[in-house]
Amino acid sequence: MSDVVEKTLSALPSLLSLDSNAGAGKLSSTSKLGNLIRGITELTSKHDEEKLIKKELAAIKEQVASPNTTMRQMKEIMVRAIYCEMLGYQASVSYIHAIKLAQQGSVLEKRLGYLAVSLFLNESDEFLLLLVNTVLKDLQSTNLNEVCMALTAVSQMFPKDMIPAILPIVEEKLTHPKEVIRRKAVLALYKFYLIAPNQVQHIHSKFRKALCDKDPGVMTASLHIYLQLVKESPESYKDLTVSFVTILRQVVGGKLPMDFNYHSVPAPWLQIQLLRILAYLGKEDQGTSEMMYDVLEESLRRAEMNHNITYAILYECVKSIYTVYPKAELLEKAAKCIGNFVLSPKINLKYLGLKALTYVVAQDPNLALPHQMTIIECLDHSDIIIKRATLELLFRITNAQNVTVIVEKMLEFLRQSSNDYSTVDLVGKVAELAEKYSPDNGWFVQTMNSVFSLGGDRMQPDIPNNFLRLLAEGFDSVEEDRQLRLFAVDSYVLLLQGETASLPQCFLQVISWVLGEYAHLRPDQASDPGKVMRLLTRLLDQRHASAQTRRWILSALTKLCSSPVSIALARDVGERYFGSLDTVLRQRAHELMILSQDAGLRGRVLSAEGRLEHVEVDSSLSFLDGHVSEALAAGAAPYKPPHQRQEELAHEKALSLEPYGLSLPVSLSTCSITDRLTDRQSPTRLSISSSVSGNSTELSLKGGSTTLKLDGVKRVWGKEGYLVQQPKEVVEETPLPPTELPSPLGSFQSPVSQTQTASPGPEPDQERQQLASSLFVGVGTHHSVCLMGRTEAAPQRFRRKPKGTGSSSGTSEHSSNSSHSSSGTAAGNTLDSTTAATGQQISQHALGHPPVNGNPIVETPGPLPPVRDGGVAAEIPTGHTDSGTLADPNEDPVPVRPRDLPLISHLPAELSGLARSKLTTLCPGPDPGLALSSCRVYKEDALVLVVFVSNNSDSTLHRVALRFTSKQLEVSCVSGDLVEEVKGHSVATCQYAVVMMRASVDVELAGLVSYQRVPGQPRATPFSLRLSLKHFIRPLTVSTGEYGKMWLSFSHDVKQNLRLITAGDQSPLTATLDTLRDRLHLHVVDIIGSEGIVACRLLRGQPCLLHCRVHADSLAVWLRSPIPEFPDSLLYHCQKALAEA
Amino acid sequence: MQFMLLFSRQGKLRLQKWYVPLSDKERKKISRDLVQTILARKPKMCSFLEWRDLKIVYKRYASLYFCCAVEDQDNELITLEIIHRYVELLDKYFGSVCELDIIFNFEKAYFILDEFLLGGEAQETSKKNVLKAIEQADLLQEVRHHLLHSNCAFLSFCA
Repeated sequence: MSDVVEKTLSALPSLLSLDSNAGAGKLSSTSKLGNLIRGITELTSKHDEEKLIKKELAAIKEQVASPNTTMRQMKEIMVRAIYCEMLGYQASVSYIHAIKLAQQGSVLEKRLGYLAVSLFLNESDEFLLLLVNTVLKDLQSTNLNEVCMALTAVSQMFPKDMIPAILPIVEEKLTHPKEVIRRKAVLALYKFYLIAPNQVQHIHSKFRKALCDKDPGVMTASLHIYLQLVKESPESYKDLTVSFVTILRQVVGGKLPMDFNYHSVPAPWLQIQLLRILAYLGKEDQGTSEMMYDVLEESLRRAEMNHNITYAILYECVKSIYTVYPKAELLEKAAKCIGNFVLSPKINLKYLGLKALTYVVAQDPNLALPHQMTIIECLDHSDIIIKRATLELLFRITNAQNVTVIVEKMLEFLRQSSNDYSTVDLVGKVAELAEKYSPDNGWFVQTMNSVFSLGGDRMQPDIPNNFLRLLAEGFDSVEEDRQLRLFAVDSYVLLLQGETASLPQCFLQVISWVLGEYAHLRPDQASDPGKVMRLLTRLLDQRHASAQTRRWILSALTKLCSSPVSIALARDVGERYFGSLDTVLRQRAHELMILSQDAGLRGRVLSAEGRLEHVEVDSSLSFLDGHVSEALAAGAAPYKPPHQRQEELAHEKALSLEPYGLSLPVSLSTCSITDRLTDRQSPTRLSISSSVSGNSTELSLKGGSTTLKLDGVKRVWGKEGYLVQQPKEVVEETPLPPTELPSPLGSFQSPVSQTQTASPGPEPDQERQQLASSLFVGVGTHHSVCLMGRTEAAPQRFRRKPKGTGSSSGTSEHSSNSSHSSSGTAAGNTLDSTTAATGQQISQHALGHPPVNGNPIVETPGPLPPVRDGGVAAEIPTGHTDSGTLADPNEDPVPVRPRDLPLISHLPAELSGLARSKLTTLCPGPDPGLALSSCRVYKEDALVLVVFVSNNSDSTLHRVALRFTSKQLEVSCVSGDLVEEVKGHSVATCQYAVVMMRASVDVELAGLVSYQRVPGQPRATPFSLRLSLKHFIRPLTVSTGEYGKMWLSFSHDVKQNLRLITAGDQSPLTATLDTLRDRLHLHVVDIIGSEGIVACRLLRGQPCLLHCRVHADSLAVWLRSPIPEFPDSLLYHCQKALAEA
Repeated sequence: MQFMLLFSRQGKLRLQKWYVPLSDKERKKISRDLVQTILARKPKMCSFLEWRDLKIVYKRYASLYFCCAVEDQDNELITLEIIHRYVELLDKYFGSVCELDIIFNFEKAYFILDEFLLGGEAQETSKKNVLKAIEQADLLQEVRHHLLHSNCAFLSFCA
């Protein structure tokens, strides 16, 4: 059919050679629209077109205003108005008349009126309110056409607030006898669900009815809603899996009426929708996935015809198969299918093949190997879209060995590309790869240089920030740091000697900062101290440097003026910018001048040792307090930050529509709360919330940031409660053995032989072969060895402090799972496989192979034991993964004794993911055959005490029961109160939920275990364990505003001065609060200047609030709680925690 | 689906349907940029584009380009078939459709589109049902003889 269209249309070379056979001229020459359209097509210049349209719009305006215009004429006018709008001219005078037409016209005119409204107006347009009544009336009309029109309009746009007005009538339409009405009603409800989900909560049962509608059209429409619902919460719709599977099976089996066939494929839209729903339902759920394997396979098999539509189904099917819980057999078929896409001569299919590969290589990098040659071809494809998709695929398979080649390809693409959006994206990816896998300093700096010059000023600001932070914070060895910095300095000096006009501003800023900070590392800095200074000065005077960049340069110059030569230069620069119109520049110039004149000041500020010191900035500007209080006393208005002023202005202007909503932004309430907090103490501390520091202090801070420094802080608590510490963190804290990585060109020799045989290309030329081997080195070939997952295990050269580790370790877990299933071993991280992998790796190491990518050695906590001949296996610490993962953050991770492992493995599955303490042995009682151990599991809402009763003798224990007695604790049994029998050499587990009734520092929990070794002869052994308050504390997540309200309502308070902790580059307050948070599970609500507020609660009990303020060398803490004992006990633990830190 | 655009080889918009609320300015900018990008592409190139954060699927039928923007998880190939189905519907309705039909009867093209896609989702995939719905609405019109008349008049204009 399309060929016919094609022919007909191609018979018309252009618009003007009018050939009016077919349907070309269904329009009267007298019609105004016809005239307008013809008029426009005849015009050649944009200017003429504008003139004509202006005239037309003026005519429209006149006609709509005239009272004599009939509805019929109005309809004609509306069509013209739509045309003008389509050409990009506003016909806003006609909007109101479009609504009127929909309101008052006959059916036909109404139809056009609705169309015009849907084209002219936006969802948020206030005009739409005028349409509500019309819609309401038409929905109730007896004319089906009118009902249809109203439903069509409603499904396109409807004011959110007005949904309740029409909802009952639309709901009613779900049972209308006409299927077209039912279908439109379902879609209208779908639209409502999208814009106001809570409005349609109550009709979920009706959706189910729509799903079972006898008309396939209505059922298809209901799937839009289900796709959305299932996507948002798959758990609630698992019960529908069977229905969806049945529907899909029927569709695939051709049970639908022929009308729904599309190119003899049964209802492809329906199939694809169902496949997507099934993918969401089966994701990470083995049980549900098992229900759909059959039908997925059938879809895959049935879609065999060579037509786009079957490929569409296949593609969706493959995506679903890779999303649901994996099944080896299906995966294999899907992989084959992806192969067909990739190898297809059709470019669209090839593109989708690449996309699919990108999606699946994360799970199994081996899948890319058979397609190496195709991927190489695509890399040089003339279509930029294909190229880009290929790079995306390569990004996913990058490792330490192929990084140079892949990054080179990406940079090559960037040099040719002109698309902003993809440049920004790709530049970020290059930076990420460079940071992660860089083989050496030189390459890293060069690559980052390319990133900065290509990315320009559009790139994400965190790329330069991260880079500078990496340079500033350094990593493992001091020498390494020095070399990297020196390399950067040298390369920048070289760059500045050349032409600088083409360098983007942000790169210039990076250069200035690095030179200012590290130019002293240059060996020739002593002999020619003015060299760097002169280069920077030259840059300063260039016209292309923006004001922002000039500020950076001046800051750099300030840091550099230490020798007589540079002082002279600095004075010169200072004089030139002394009168600059830019205030910041002028201030810096002043600073520079003063510095160059005052040798004493220079000695203090620019001393060589001073560089390493962290400069504390009093961002609260507390030294101005005296001045502020004087001013306030003299009647000045208190300071309000700009956003607050704006907020207030906005409040004055606009009506508040949400009178009871929390309309105060946090920062605003912060300010008021701190005022309230402090006014009891000293009335002068009103300026606390003015956290914006002067610009002059910026340069002394790393990277010029004034924000809170929370990067180094471990994330212990998340939304879900305690975050389990993943092995990833262990990896990151492990000092790497300083092994030099093999150079990428040298190391691909051995894997090459394998990769080459895997590619059966039709004699690809040498060059491509080589490229292939360098691109795919390390992909897949070592994969079978490395069981811990590819991406995470790769040695990372530049390691930043952990940031968002949760998600990335999630993927590592995922990939390790899939690697298990693909290599055919048992799923799950069993201890055996880990040990095996490590053992293998180490023996490889001992044989003289350099450690290659995917090195599981880094997984071991602590430095690797030295490898001596023979004694390898004995020295591998067993069970390290377990102890690393689950160690209680409160206590140092203890090496778990081998005998602990079986016990820990008895931990109930639902608790195994939670944070817990180490095992404690409870009673070394008189009976050696019985051992009790316990372990605390910290749940968000409870403290679970797990007691392991292990029977170490051969005989069976009967009727084992535990009893606890304590006045201050409430112990309730979760499971295992009475175990009928514990067989020889086995373990029974009992769980108790423990709640502290009254807050106290430490509580002794006494228990009694009773059992019968010989039935009928009960024995009992007492035991006891100590639980402390800190086990029962959970963070209390409140906003600053809520904190303020609570603070005022609590009566019991305690004040005390605590020790401040100084740690690294953090401010003492942050460091101290972080320590408290990590050790006691408190929630740090906010830190403002020198004050911090912290909140926590007792499990199932009352809260306690802490207000901390840095006072001289100590931390003044003020605790408040509704119960009297809590602050005292908590204070004790705070003291202890800080003393231990 | 986020929006659908129809434009000619000369870059003139013939139809635009937006399923997401965007300001006038944004719409204009998007369609201008997109038309330029697509017209610059060669005929043998891939029908899919990653454009800003959208996925664009386009296809050329004679002198008209049909172009849809879909979300990231959407299936590109089925979108291509949505375009094709729409062309089929137009073809059936107008009887061998050509660009001029759409230029002069764009409101009809909109009506057909509204019966086929509603709120950005495929509403009815059965060709028969869509056309039935359109014809039902059209029946009320005093169409046929009027069209005949206009056709003659148009011929005389061309002569």
